[in-house]
Amino acid sequence: MSSRAIIRLEGIEKTYVLGEENIVHALAGVDLRVDEGSFVAIMGPSGSGKSTMLNLLGCLDRPSAGRYLLGDEDVSQMTDDAISEARGRRIGFIFQSYNLIAQLTVIENIQVPLLYQGKDLKASYDRCVELARMVGLGERLDHRPTQLSGGQQQRVAIARSLVNDPLMILADEPTGNLDSKTGAEVLDLITGLNDRGKTIILVTHDDKVAARAHRIVRMKDGRVDQDVIQRPS
Amino acid sequence: MIPSQFIITVRLGIKSLALHKLRSSLTMLGIIFGVCSVIAMLAIGEGASYEAQEAIKKLGSNNIIIRSLKPPEQARQSAGGGRGGMGLKYGLTYEDGARLQTTIPGVLRVLPMRIIRENVRFQRNEVPCQVIGTLPFYPQVTGATQIRGRFLALLDQEHAENVCVITTGLARRLFPYQDPLDHAVRIDAFYYRVIGIIQERGQVEQRSQAGKMEGQPLDNNVYIPLAASRTRFGEILMRRSAGSFEAEEVQLHQVTVQMRDVAAVETADPQVKTLLSRFHDQNDYEIIVPLQLLRQAEQTKRIFNIVLGSIAAISLLVGGIGIMNIMLATVTERTREIGIRRALGAKRRDITLQFLVETVVLSIGGGLVGVAVGVVIPIAVSQLTTMKTIVTPWSILLAFGISGAVGIVFGLYPAKAAARLDPIEALRHE
Repeated sequence: MSSRAIIRLEGIEKTYVLGEENIVHALAGVDLRVDEGSFVAIMGPSGSGKSTMLNLLGCLDRPSAGRYLLGDEDVSQMTDDAISEARGRRIGFIFQSYNLIAQLTVIENIQVPLLYQGKDLKASYDRCVELARMVGLGERLDHRPTQLSGGQQQRVAIARSLVNDPLMILADEPTGNLDSKTGAEVLDLITGLNDRGKTIILVTHDDKVAARAHRIVRMKDGRVDQDVIQRPS
Repeated sequence: MIPSQFIITVRLGIKSLALHKLRSSLTMLGIIFGVCSVIAMLAIGEGASYEAQEAIKKLGSNNIIIRSLKPPEQARQSAGGGRGGMGLKYGLTYEDGARLQTTIPGVLRVLPMRIIRENVRFQRNEVPCQVIGTLPFYPQVTGATQIRGRFLALLDQEHAENVCVITTGLARRLFPYQDPLDHAVRIDAFYYRVIGIIQERGQVEQRSQAGKMEGQPLDNNVYIPLAASRTRFGEILMRRSAGSFEAEEVQLHQVTVQMRDVAAVETADPQVKTLLSRFHDQNDYEIIVPLQLLRQAEQTKRIFNIVLGSIAAISLLVGGIGIMNIMLATVTERTREIGIRRALGAKRRDITLQFLVETVVLSIGGGLVGVAVGVVIPIAVSQLTTMKTIVTPWSILLAFGISGAVGIVFGLYPAKAAARLDPIEALRHE
């Protein structure tokens, strides 16, 4: 099938200079294409360049060399402001440790990404409530993160990741802090999003989690080692 | 940022501050002390100088006042002047008055005054007074206002009439139950008909304040024609006290020279000095220029304000450093939050703004409380002591403005530090 490419990495390199003769090549020439609507798991042992890959894909960092096209924009050369803007608008993050803001309620946490896109919070309030309902937290809009269980917090994070209707969702070990039952529930939710057409990139080292993906990219020594399509998206 | 988002940022700032109530209020305390000390100190300074200025203004800024002065003992002996016959002769003369009038350019009026201490009686009431022999234009020179009747007239002067004008205070003391007009009061051995009541400038209904037990209120004055003063009291004034007896010859006790305008006062001041020194071989007079006193008072006030202001400013500075310290700690503590916000699309300036708003909320909040306390303190000071205090609007604006500026200046560095954090590092922060 000929889907639209959401991500195109061309010859991406990332080097860290730690000392005069201590240069680490975290990524040593990565080419990768991710199409719209796909569900990709990135795997690899620690030190494989997996985290660096995640940071680059999430626009949290810029490559030392190469080109990164996110949608139709080249984000590898953007200014800090422009890349922040692209990050907020085009990427939804789900973290291992949920990363909710402690002093805000559930609904306010969901609204945070809207704030930085200069959107009117009143106008999109109903949509935020809708998202909270979708992840099963419609009754807990005014709760604080500390009053929620881990699974519930991760659900809030999922709702938050969707609020700007991003091009893709970037999940970093989303079930890593959860027991297997809640983990499975959260994973169901993420899979459900993909079923409805959302592109998902998931970083994990859990094979069971990766098994849900359509395609598994295995990293090794800063390169893509294996790229396996398990089933067509 | 659109305004509604700014409001959200402010609300968020307040929320974050409310999370640590004790810490926030302690931080605010520094600003509160700073602001309230600026306002209170300036109010006390302003009040003190206001009192001094009022006292000087009462003398009239267009006037030059020359007073007769009893020369010091040894000077009298060495000069040997007049010690032989009937007492001591010193002070201003009628000729001095005439010379001032004719020689000094820009003179409007020269008002001579003879001031004699004497008891004034009406029926059973007796009040110690200053009996002032003067000319009809006294009110125009000193700014006294006629309350009832009329002031002395030219004819009174020409005929040396036994008429008098009394001040409001004296009228109250001497005539508690009657209308003073047309009654005769006795001064020394003569009777004078009361023809008017005047009020001295600045003596606005002096109510007897608690703690102001002065021996003799200022406004017990009787004004009689200068000619009457000369003929009834004579040139030689005798004073009897406890068996001893002192006589002195003083023609005029005070001459007030009214100048055309303030500029003329400046030029006339040295001229008056040289003129008088030529005709007086002893130092038996003093020249008071209220304008100069006023300028000195203003100068003093300015220095006073600068000193007080800088003490207060230092305390504000200390408060500001306190804020900066806390904000730096807060930034470190909330590094994770900064990382999350950056990941969710916050630009550097969004982070800067967020922390800056928090600091400004702290300092403005402290400023508001400080203004409230700073307004109350001077009131309390006035209540508890006799000190006068004036809270000027500009001192409130100044203090409040400084507190806001302190917030921005000392908040900028922590906020910039927060914005500079690398999002990846910040997200990894525990």
